[in-house]
Amino acid sequence: MVVELGQYALILALMLAAAQAFFGLAGPALKRERWLAVVPSAACGQFVFVALAVGVLVHAFVDNDFSVRYVAENSNSALPLFYRVTALWGAHEGSMLLWILVLSLWTMALVGNARHLPAAFAARALGVLGVISCCFLLFTLATSNPFARLMPAVPDGNDLNPVLQDPAFAVHPPILYMGYVGFSVSFALACAAMIEGRRDQLWAHWMRPWTVMAWAFLACGIALGSWWAYYELGWGGFWFWDPVENASFMPWLVGTALVHSLAVTDKRGLFKSWTLLLAVTAFSLSLLGTFLVRSGVLVSVHSFAADPSRGIFILVLLVLMIGGALGLYAWRAPLMKSSAGFDFISRESFLLFNNILLTIAAAVVFGGTLAPLIADTLRLGTLSVGPPYFNPSFLVPILPMLALVALGMHARWRRGRLGESRRPLLLALGAALVLGLALSLGVYAHPLTLTPVGATVGFWIILSALIDPIDRLRRRVPLPASVAGMSIAHIGLGVFVLGITFVQSNTIQRDIALKPGQSAQLGAYQFRYDGGQEIVGPNYEGFRGQVSITRNGAPVTVLYPEKRRYWVQGTVQTTAAIAPAFNRDLLAALGEDVGAGAWSLRFQYRPLIRFVWVGALIMAIGGVTAVVGRRQGARVASGAALPLAAVAPGDIREHGGAP
Amino acid sequence: MTPRRRRLFWVLGIVAGVGIAGGLALRAFQQNVMFYFDPSRIAAGEVRPGQRFRLGGMVEQGSLQRTPGSLEVRFVVTDFKHEVPVRYANVLPDLFREGAGVVAHGRLDASGTFVADEVLAKHDEKYMPPEVARSLQRNAAGATPAQPGKTAAAAAGVAATASGEAR
Repeated sequence: MVVELGQYALILALMLAAAQAFFGLAGPALKRERWLAVVPSAACGQFVFVALAVGVLVHAFVDNDFSVRYVAENSNSALPLFYRVTALWGAHEGSMLLWILVLSLWTMALVGNARHLPAAFAARALGVLGVISCCFLLFTLATSNPFARLMPAVPDGNDLNPVLQDPAFAVHPPILYMGYVGFSVSFALACAAMIEGRRDQLWAHWMRPWTVMAWAFLACGIALGSWWAYYELGWGGFWFWDPVENASFMPWLVGTALVHSLAVTDKRGLFKSWTLLLAVTAFSLSLLGTFLVRSGVLVSVHSFAADPSRGIFILVLLVLMIGGALGLYAWRAPLMKSSAGFDFISRESFLLFNNILLTIAAAVVFGGTLAPLIADTLRLGTLSVGPPYFNPSFLVPILPMLALVALGMHARWRRGRLGESRRPLLLALGAALVLGLALSLGVYAHPLTLTPVGATVGFWIILSALIDPIDRLRRRVPLPASVAGMSIAHIGLGVFVLGITFVQSNTIQRDIALKPGQSAQLGAYQFRYDGGQEIVGPNYEGFRGQVSITRNGAPVTVLYPEKRRYWVQGTVQTTAAIAPAFNRDLLAALGEDVGAGAWSLRFQYRPLIRFVWVGALIMAIGGVTAVVGRRQGARVASGAALPLAAVAPGDIREHGGAP
Repeated sequence: MTPRRRRLFWVLGIVAGVGIAGGLALRAFQQNVMFYFDPSRIAAGEVRPGQRFRLGGMVEQGSLQRTPGSLEVRFVVTDFKHEVPVRYANVLPDLFREGAGVVAHGRLDASGTFVADEVLAKHDEKYMPPEVARSLQRNAAGATPAQPGKTAAAAAGVAATASGEAR
């Protein structure tokens, strides 16, 4: 009975979303003031019912209600409680529910900050969010109902896929979705600005923090996913250019471009229509990502829904939403002319370069991801595109982009001068050259051609991001949050570049069959296989090997890689053992018993791999710093501008500007 | 420079940049794209000599041979019409087993053996690569009466399970 409550809640949420969409869009258009007041209430109601539906499904999982098909397929009474809760997003139906929950969370956040926006504008944006929510609720109820019953009920469930029984998986999907879906707010604000045909650039000021937050979440989500794939899939890769990875990476690339072009639009009123187009594109790519993952059209490790009706439904939805937004853009964008000019070496042109190169990079990923799909549809044969295409093609636009970051950070608005930053910039470049060459030729020998380039660029970005904060510190001038955020994010980028450079050029991997006592040499490290034993876990049995690692004869660590067989599904899973450190990871994974007392084993040495994820995390921290700081800064500024005695604390927030 | 000329300069620069990047990407694409072939199409001689491609099909029952104590394995990939012997010298994925679908990357050597450098692992043991399911289904449907009906029926059954349970 409780489960049916969940379905009713979803239906009610759908109705409220429809109300939110209708009153939000029709109210301002027909100038009905009273209709506007309905919109936030509808949004709140929608959130309550979506949360209720999620709560009901969680309850069904916790309660082991195997009369619910979704629970029976993705849970088991032997599954630990924690994973019974996270199993909620272990498959298609629950993931859609999570998508909707996240969308209504962002909607609530917009409702909470709507008082900083003109009423009609906020209503329109909420209306657009209502349309999106409507579509997804309809999709879930019509094609992927998580509350469908299983008749007759089964005594026990089919268990959660073992690779998903992992703490990182518990947080990866929600955070990734926070990013993915977060771009819906940018999209909604862009649509509202276009519907109103606003000629000013205030919308860019309002859109900025939302975009940066979504972008930061997405960076975290992608990094978490990569980290999870690295240790959980068992074979030590951290990025496969898998369609689903690309699906989250494309919105991030376009989102990065959007964050930068918003800066120009906000500060200088330029690139208005380009910024709008990027906002539409970022969210369209999020939708496309959902389509790619959920419709099962692409061969991927993540695609679990292969129901064609779902694919067609999402495709129609995609065409309607993206087509609608682009139509709106074609109609309204000519209104948004920018008149101001700028010099060749001004910050505007560097940000323009950044945008062009990031867009090209996104297009490269887009082409490689969709080519198999297009070739298949046109019956040109079944083909696949892998890292040999993505790696070089992606580097072509990205390397110049990275090389320009340091200059772009210090270029002046409008004027074609680097001014007094020229000397420190050159100093930073010199230091970066020395550090980069020392690291790539000295510490890590046998590099690729691009290794010194990557190392130098990485160091240059980090060092030049430090120029401004150090300068302000020396002059004892406070560091504005926006500058701090930008510096932190760019330092993160530099750290990330260093990580990728050395992981790509200095990783050593060996697949080898070893008998107990035999060993393999990877660079300075010696991996010795000591044998192993049978083990039994809570819901699996398996074999645990022991691998002793020494470096130049000195013991480093002992690793215990496992091979597990989960009872319920009979799935065999490789659990790699990893010895992480600041400057390198050592990995050992068990293959199989190859006879004659030997096991096949995979050993890896990966230098600086932690820098890749830590770099992404620092970027995200930079974004959050800028947003949170801007909020507080605005509050302090407005508080100082008004006689403090005359206003209540609540009023200060009222005047605080955009979040 | 007049604003007009400056704009022209920008546009030309952008077009050139996009063109170069696009050209390079296309080149990388042409050189690295991998086509998929099943054993029947290989038997029909559709594969160019030395071409790297993806081979898909079922691992034939009882065909897996190991050299004890080494990584070297041999098995046969079949689409129930034709077979291709495969050689591989790396760690096999967890879900690799006889009678299950498989996709391998590699080249044919002079003797017609497929030398794989990668055998693909997927999450789900019920998972069947869609192209494998499709070619099995096609072969099952197109099986001539002269062929043993059992094999065709088995292939149809497998393919049906594959497409039905792919989720």
